[in-house]
Amino acid sequence: MNCRSEVLEVTVEARQVEEAMLALLHTVLLHRSTGKFHYKKEGTYSIGTVGTLDIDCDFIDFTFVRVSSEELDRMIRKAVNEFKDALSNSGSDGMGQISLEFYQKKKSRWPFSDECIPWEVWSIKVNVVNLANEQERQICLEKVGEKLGEKVINVVEVINRHEYLPKMPTQSEVDNVFDTSLKDVQPYLYKISYQITDTLGTSVSTTMRRLIKDTLAL
Amino acid sequence: MDGDLSLQDKKDLDKFIKFFALKTVQVIVQARLGEKIFTRSSSSPTGSDWFNLAIKDIPEVTHEAKKALAGQLPGIGRSMCVEISLKTSEGDSMELETWCLEMNEKCDKDIKVSYTVYNRLSVLLKSLLAITRVTPAYKLSRKQGHDYVILYRIYFGEVQLTGLGEGFQSVRVGVVGTPVGTVTLSCAYRTNLAFMSSRQFQRSAPITGIIVDHFVDPPFNSQRPPTMGHPCNYRAPDDEEGGPFPGVQDSQEVCTTSFSTSPPSQLYASRFSQQQQPAAPVSPVAPGTAELCHPAANANQMLYPVKEGGVASSPAPPAPGADAHLADPAPNTPCSSGDDDGLSQSGERHRDERRRSLTPADPLEFLNTFTRKVGAFVNKPNAQMTTGCLDVPFSALIPRVLESDDVDPLVHPPDSPPCPSPLQASLHSESSEGSGQQEDFVMVDFRPAFSKDDLLPMDLGTFYREFQNPPQLASLSLNISSQSMAEDLDSLPEKLRIYEKNIDEFDAFVDMLQ
Repeated sequence: MNCRSEVLEVTVEARQVEEAMLALLHTVLLHRSTGKFHYKKEGTYSIGTVGTLDIDCDFIDFTFVRVSSEELDRMIRKAVNEFKDALSNSGSDGMGQISLEFYQKKKSRWPFSDECIPWEVWSIKVNVVNLANEQERQICLEKVGEKLGEKVINVVEVINRHEYLPKMPTQSEVDNVFDTSLKDVQPYLYKISYQITDTLGTSVSTTMRRLIKDTLAL
Repeated sequence: MDGDLSLQDKKDLDKFIKFFALKTVQVIVQARLGEKIFTRSSSSPTGSDWFNLAIKDIPEVTHEAKKALAGQLPGIGRSMCVEISLKTSEGDSMELETWCLEMNEKCDKDIKVSYTVYNRLSVLLKSLLAITRVTPAYKLSRKQGHDYVILYRIYFGEVQLTGLGEGFQSVRVGVVGTPVGTVTLSCAYRTNLAFMSSRQFQRSAPITGIIVDHFVDPPFNSQRPPTMGHPCNYRAPDDEEGGPFPGVQDSQEVCTTSFSTSPPSQLYASRFSQQQQPAAPVSPVAPGTAELCHPAANANQMLYPVKEGGVASSPAPPAPGADAHLADPAPNTPCSSGDDDGLSQSGERHRDERRRSLTPADPLEFLNTFTRKVGAFVNKPNAQMTTGCLDVPFSALIPRVLESDDVDPLVHPPDSPPCPSPLQASLHSESSEGSGQQEDFVMVDFRPAFSKDDLLPMDLGTFYREFQNPPQLASLSLNISSQSMAEDLDSLPEKLRIYEKNIDEFDAFVDMLQ
């Protein structure tokens, strides 16, 4: 099966990295989470209710909606903070990419371990810029908010194509498709990974820095 | 075809679409309430959470939605629309966005209703939750309160997007195919938020700054629960006692009242303000007649001393120094007659006459060609007027001009006091034959630009006069600027000593700021 892959790019200040990542990851997860399944007899199941919550960003002029699940939020924040720390340790003009991958487990026979087959990958490329003064920061605050809004629209557009989704599993298969470890919601099985790319040559990064600064100066 | 769909499926599909429509309205309206929404997840399913999403139902909103649907369902050619608009405390309103739930003919026969369609509708609702926070109206709705409120209106039928102004944008939230058609949810939102752009019945806050108290009649009461930032079409489910306002149960009613016109006086002013003349040569124009008078025409009229109120005439060539637009002098009459509306002799100088009259190049010629005409903007002849001086109209004006400070700051930015305006100086020099017949100069109202004549008419004029020639700033006067650098340096130790003495105060101040 083909894995659907979507790439989103954002350019943010260092202090905006966390909220931008949370906004986009939670938006995807909102669409990729359901209520808890309760299997009944005869193979039917009922689904719990997913609540939602508005989150205002402090460093970006933006509000996003996430699933009302503190457990899920904690796990996402943990991953985002690791990414953020890695980015900041890599250098001031770091570039990085955080990926949210939805996968299915395919049981293999012994001695092979289970396969993880991704069916959708969201990659968020991040360019971190340093801004010189408060005026630029203020412009950045609003511009990044607008950009995030566009990204949310992109996410929604992709998701509403209603392309491949794993079949609803039977009770025995549910753990191959969904993460059932949370007590209030049930997202599809996912994993978050990241990579820091600091391999750009100086000239390229200087040019990029200048381009970004020029854009913000407009 | 419906025949392919089992009866149960058809029933289910209708129910899904109906509740989807109701939930859509709830999501949109709740997203415009002005505050953050929070609902809990629940692992045990409750029977009432449609689409497995916790979306509260505000009863009024459901009521409005059901009323709009009137038992029908969104279908082909029958769209359900939620219109979000903004209404200011002054009564202006503007449509911000229109959310449309439409159905088209494209059917997906193979899709399973009770399973796939339901789940996809659930995803679509989640998308709606996300997108409602992204459109520009969200930020506006979060800031609603004192100056404006956000209103909604639900209607069914044809989509109306004309109220969104030019250049509106569209965003598609999503689509769900069903066996009877494809459900599409989209939003068209205004991008041009300039308020005064094209509304016919705009407010017009008087530009003079004589402002009707915005908060005399606030659109909502401060006692209102903070969740409800707007008129009481919808209130929190637990707010049973109702808002402090008489309930407007019908959202459409609210919307129609939001289009109330401004009071007539403001309409005139609004016309006036839309007819902005260039600031400098703006003549004191009676409200309501602005569109009829042109500065150049006024310039013609200004030059003539007043004989009696009424018609000014003489299409003498306007002075080159006057306004560049050569307008038809015919508007004299309307202008003058317009002045009959409540103009009163104010004792103000007819500054505009003088100001607009001539460049230094022409005065003599003009004076020579002067004939006795009736001036504009005068309805009561000045008792001081005599017939004798009219050959040299500016003779009457000039002495007064030189004596007083009355230089219109818009045309002649005040120079330092010793130096009269160039126009004054030139008039004086050119019109040496002026005989200082002060009693002949024309007393006409000074009607400053942008003033309304029905509210304290002379406030602005008084202001102009008082502040036309402010005293020179001390720091700009010559004697100070000629202080040498050496003197500055000499004074530094003294200053430093003083600052050090007060160092505690400064530290306390800095601490206060942190």
